[in-house]
Amino acid sequence: MTVDRILPTDEAHDLLDLATELADRELAPKAAGFEERAEFPRDVLRTLGRAGLLGLPYPEEHGGAAQPYEVYLQVLEILASRWLAVAEAVSVHTLSCYPVAAFGNDEQRKLLPDMLGGDLLGAYCLSEPQGGSDAAALSTRAVRDGDAYVVSGTKAWITHARVADFYNIFCRTGGPGPKGISCLLADAGTAGITPQAAERTMGLRASPVAQLAFDEARVPADRLIGGEGVGFTIAMSALDSGRLGIAACAVGLAQAALDYAVGYARERQQFGRAIIDFQGLGFTLADAATQISAARALTLAAARLRDAGRPYSIEAAKAKLFATDMAMRVTTDAVQVLGGAGYVADHPVERYMREAKVLQIVEGTNQIQRVVISRALAKG
Amino acid sequence: MNIVVLVKQVPDSGADRNLRNDDNTVDRGSANNVINEMDEYAIEEALKIKEAHGGEVTILTMGPDRATESIRKALSMGPDKAVHVVDDALHGSCAVATSKVLAAALGQLNADLVICGAESTDGRVQVMPHMIAERLGVAALTGARKLTVDGGTLTVERQTEEGYEVITAATPAVVSVWDTINEPRYPSFKGIMAAKKKPVQTLSLADLGVAPTEVGFDGATSAVVEHSKRPPRSGGAKITDEGEGGVKLVEFLATEKFV
Repeated sequence: MTVDRILPTDEAHDLLDLATELADRELAPKAAGFEERAEFPRDVLRTLGRAGLLGLPYPEEHGGAAQPYEVYLQVLEILASRWLAVAEAVSVHTLSCYPVAAFGNDEQRKLLPDMLGGDLLGAYCLSEPQGGSDAAALSTRAVRDGDAYVVSGTKAWITHARVADFYNIFCRTGGPGPKGISCLLADAGTAGITPQAAERTMGLRASPVAQLAFDEARVPADRLIGGEGVGFTIAMSALDSGRLGIAACAVGLAQAALDYAVGYARERQQFGRAIIDFQGLGFTLADAATQISAARALTLAAARLRDAGRPYSIEAAKAKLFATDMAMRVTTDAVQVLGGAGYVADHPVERYMREAKVLQIVEGTNQIQRVVISRALAKG
Repeated sequence: MNIVVLVKQVPDSGADRNLRNDDNTVDRGSANNVINEMDEYAIEEALKIKEAHGGEVTILTMGPDRATESIRKALSMGPDKAVHVVDDALHGSCAVATSKVLAAALGQLNADLVICGAESTDGRVQVMPHMIAERLGVAALTGARKLTVDGGTLTVERQTEEGYEVITAATPAVVSVWDTINEPRYPSFKGIMAAKKKPVQTLSLADLGVAPTEVGFDGATSAVVEHSKRPPRSGGAKITDEGEGGVKLVEFLATEKFV
């Protein structure tokens, strides 16, 4: 379905047209095969990088496209409607550039053109095996030794582990609690950083997720982003943006599932008529369409707060919570609309349903989103 | 090297296409108009030569006002500028007249190399590069699957039914390319923005010194007098196997000369 979008500029329309062309021609035909083979589409990301889609919300002086989040998120949504793993990769990569772009010094920002141009791929290492939601309790240690930090520990659930060129590592340089955490930007080839075997995931199989082992890895001290003890602030601030990205991905995925289910329900005949004409299915699809529009509106409303420089983390949490729960429901319903056909891999909706699940978990589980929102309510 | 790429706007070959009922020309009004697919390969080849050897890439298009969209799209891939030949009198032009107009425009552009697609998906006459080369008095290297530039010498692998021929010529020359020659790039977002500011020169027939009577329906060397849609496919023959299915199948294949 074509979504009627009000965009802030003519160039945003051009950008969305470009994203649509790339999504239709480079993503859609490849998604099923790459997911089946669990193969990471590095070349597809290079193509997106060359087209300028990997640094959209960053300033032009650093190689970005200076687009507001409102526009960037709609690009993500379009990509996600054709291949979630690629949209998620763009979101994770964009997030991976955030610490340097927002908190880096001038010298560190010189790395940005390569990071935003798509030649380099980033990863974001916050979660650990013993804790993801309780990020402030992380235990990976970095000890200053001369002109380097020596990093030891294990990071978990790292999207792009094994394929990334650089890692943002959140590690403990000080005492316990959030104030003891710092952020280091490490090259993937750093001795002592070893990606482990990729996890065998329910969905998003084209996007490798693995643990990352740090065994006295020496990261140059000039790669400390924002000073010692600033890491937790960086992580939480990046997560607010990342949540908007995941919300947009959820909207795109759900739209893809709805479009497919509607197409099927208009074709499929039972009892002498198209099954969409049975109220039981027609209303299910109507609810899905409504929920998608609501999630899109909520996501873009949060993005516009961010673009206006207003506090937006609560609204970002609401958007992530609502959009990803919605995507889980809509993709599940899409499988139901297709019946038995929905349960087999000949149709994409079973994959959409498996993929939707992870969106309720990443960038803070939806339980954490509720914690964020309810705490704000309690504080008043 | 000064390279000119011929770009034609055509109705999307992937969608429903029609001829007009009033004058039997291509119906461009109701179609989704796009850059002729093979021309994207021509643009890519020109950009690659420019990147390796320097120079300038100019897009040359003959077509109605709305061809501007395709010119901007072409420019967003990276060419430097464009020339748009637009004149109401051009409507209904045959291939011979079109080659006259394009040759006249090329006469003003001093191209070392003219690159075009080997065919357009609307007309498919495949003669434009030959006609233009003839009018310009330069070599025509047509149907290239590979093009090498070495100073003023062009070497082309010319795709044929059986394989390929290697042919060479000195510049200036006209080269037409097939889709085997490269993989066209996508425009970048920055390229799209930049394309809005690139110069597009508009030329009329008067600017080119071509009389309106030499082109259009008046100047056409051939005319399409009528057209009809290809009939839909018939259902085919169904053979029900009642013990002799295999024999009947072989008989069918033999009748149709498949075996």
